[in-house]
Amino acid sequence: MKSLEELKALREKMRSQTDNRAVAGSDETVIKVGMATCGIAAGARPVLTALLDEAEKRQLHNVSISQTGCIGLCRLEPIVEVFKGGQKYTYVLMTPEKAKKVIAEHVVNGNPVTEYLIGNN
Amino acid sequence: MFRSHILVCGGTGCTSGNSMKIYDALVARIKKEGLEDEVHVTKTGCFGLCALGPIMIVYPEGAFYSQVKLEDVDEIIDEHIIKGRIVTRLLYKETVGEDGNIKALNDTDFYKKQHRVALRNCGVINPEKIEEYIAYDGYEALGKVLTEMTPQDVIDVISKSGLRGRGGAGFPTGRKWQFAKNSPGKKKYVCCNADEGDPGAFMDRSILEGDPHAVIEAMAIAAYAIGADQGYIYVRAEYPIAVQRLTIAIKQAREYGLLGKNIFGTGFNFDLDIRLGAGAFVCGEETALMTSIEGHRGEPRPRPPFPAVKGLFGKPTILNNVETYANIPQIILKGADWFASMGTEKSRGTKVFALGGKIHNTGLVEIPMGTTMREIIYDIGGGCPNGKKFKAAQTGGPSGGCIPAHLIDTPIDYDNLIAIGSMMGSGGLIVMDEDNCMVDIAKFFLEFTVDESCGKCTACRIGTKRLYELLCKVTDGTATMEDLDKMEELCYYIKENSLCGLGQTAPNPVLSTLHYFRDEYEAHVKEKRCPAGVCKKLLRYQIVADKCKGCTLCARNCPVGAITGTVKEPHVIDPEKCIKCGVCMEKCRFGAVIKA
Repeated sequence: MKSLEELKALREKMRSQTDNRAVAGSDETVIKVGMATCGIAAGARPVLTALLDEAEKRQLHNVSISQTGCIGLCRLEPIVEVFKGGQKYTYVLMTPEKAKKVIAEHVVNGNPVTEYLIGNN
Repeated sequence: MFRSHILVCGGTGCTSGNSMKIYDALVARIKKEGLEDEVHVTKTGCFGLCALGPIMIVYPEGAFYSQVKLEDVDEIIDEHIIKGRIVTRLLYKETVGEDGNIKALNDTDFYKKQHRVALRNCGVINPEKIEEYIAYDGYEALGKVLTEMTPQDVIDVISKSGLRGRGGAGFPTGRKWQFAKNSPGKKKYVCCNADEGDPGAFMDRSILEGDPHAVIEAMAIAAYAIGADQGYIYVRAEYPIAVQRLTIAIKQAREYGLLGKNIFGTGFNFDLDIRLGAGAFVCGEETALMTSIEGHRGEPRPRPPFPAVKGLFGKPTILNNVETYANIPQIILKGADWFASMGTEKSRGTKVFALGGKIHNTGLVEIPMGTTMREIIYDIGGGCPNGKKFKAAQTGGPSGGCIPAHLIDTPIDYDNLIAIGSMMGSGGLIVMDEDNCMVDIAKFFLEFTVDESCGKCTACRIGTKRLYELLCKVTDGTATMEDLDKMEELCYYIKENSLCGLGQTAPNPVLSTLHYFRDEYEAHVKEKRCPAGVCKKLLRYQIVADKCKGCTLCARNCPVGAITGTVKEPHVIDPEKCIKCGVCMEKCRFGAVIKA
């Protein structure tokens, strides 16, 4: 370790790997991916990994991404629920590309991607 | 980024409950399912709730699984990790709210009143990965000290924080460092006392197992403050997991250049070595510890000169306890005022206690100084099991004393404990209920000090032995009232004339029980009776004729044939033959056998 900058860089890198190691606080964005049989069959896993990758790439620290069971709307799977600012947003018929867009526009910039939301399909 | 983290406790308590096999099984299953990139399994240090081990927590849900068995692994993976359904039957019931939802761990009774500073990373990070420590602000304090502060600044911050030594005596840490800094000499040493010997205390072990880098970082900070370039951690060989994790931690710190030459490019050099103690209690005493590091027989020497002036190899040395060091990086990062805002006026910060004995939640707790014994025992510890009545709490191990039930509302800090005849010690807290005999407890601790006295000074070597013999007379029922006075006199003699802390504090368990529980001593002496029914020589088992149905069960189970009687007639115990094993009482279905 030759300088403080080096330590700082390592810390930032490691934080993305130890994030999620706490119960989500109120200021956090919680993202849940429906991963019951129907969700997985419809392709929920690539959506989940895309979300994780994108969050890591953007060094997001106040986001918790996890799975949940069947949300009940199997025909609209994969479903991603985003809990942000006391609101619940339900994205349906998700793909990895759509997931990346949700992270970029909704989680980072705060503008829900209305065209993917339930009710618009 | 991982969607889920599975943290498995790798402390000594849970490891002995097979947690490492559980860890291996989890890793294997996760690999088999191809989930390595999504789910991170890691081992951590002690969570503190050792009574419920093996423990694991699954985040982000914060599901706290207790008493997990190897057979449960598949269910946890299938249900929780793959299907997202929490395995409720394994949850620690305190974490489930009335609405059925999981409460945050910090909202449960055991954790709610705790404030974790020294234990902050235990149960959070993997102690065998320096990167995880760094992710939780590790080595930032060292960087700050080396690049922004002078050695005097560091000492001023520590002094201002009011931190006192956590090993027991409570000497102000900043002042100790100042003495060592002011001592002339080019070569100085920094040592860490990890020779935790008090029966019932295991906080130092847990810190070394759960967060070894905190101690390494703090020692480097101390070395910078006093001008040392070499440190030694003296740890007892009976702590294999702690030694192993420390060894790994030192190796990793060297690889990252956080130990060694020119740390952070500032020209500061510091390296560390581990020295293993052979488990002699006296080696926890500072002069004996340093003598032992030097390679001699671990015996104390008179002070002054104090180690800060003439310590290891005759050079100025500071020696602090593990828990003291674990506080240092936090104080540097968050400031002296932050630390001083916790605790009482003369005892700042928090203290870790090892809860043991007759208490529901056996384990490690860290509370702000000034918390009352009642809060620790009832609110955090959950009180005595089986509805028994709380009788006393023993703090400070063989050097401490007993705190009786009527003083349970005393706020705990260094000075209050000394005022009521006990001491902080390293923080072992042994809870006793109505079934404990206080004379027997005093005898237990005396037996320990007799064993552990190094024999260098007469007062301790012979004094403690004679004191032990007097205690034996009391528990045998052969003592007189004069013997009690003699005991007290001998206690003061040993305290005043012993060479080191071991002898000077050894009579404390006797003095404090004599003071608070004199009636129990007198019952042994005058009435030849042990009120708690513990001292075997004073015990007599009897059969109540009215209750005895003559079932012969006791007579058939008595190993020495001391019980006689005919079927359907009341039986009798022959006190001459009885060895007081208690089997008859255990076996009797009618409660006819009593202790008298």
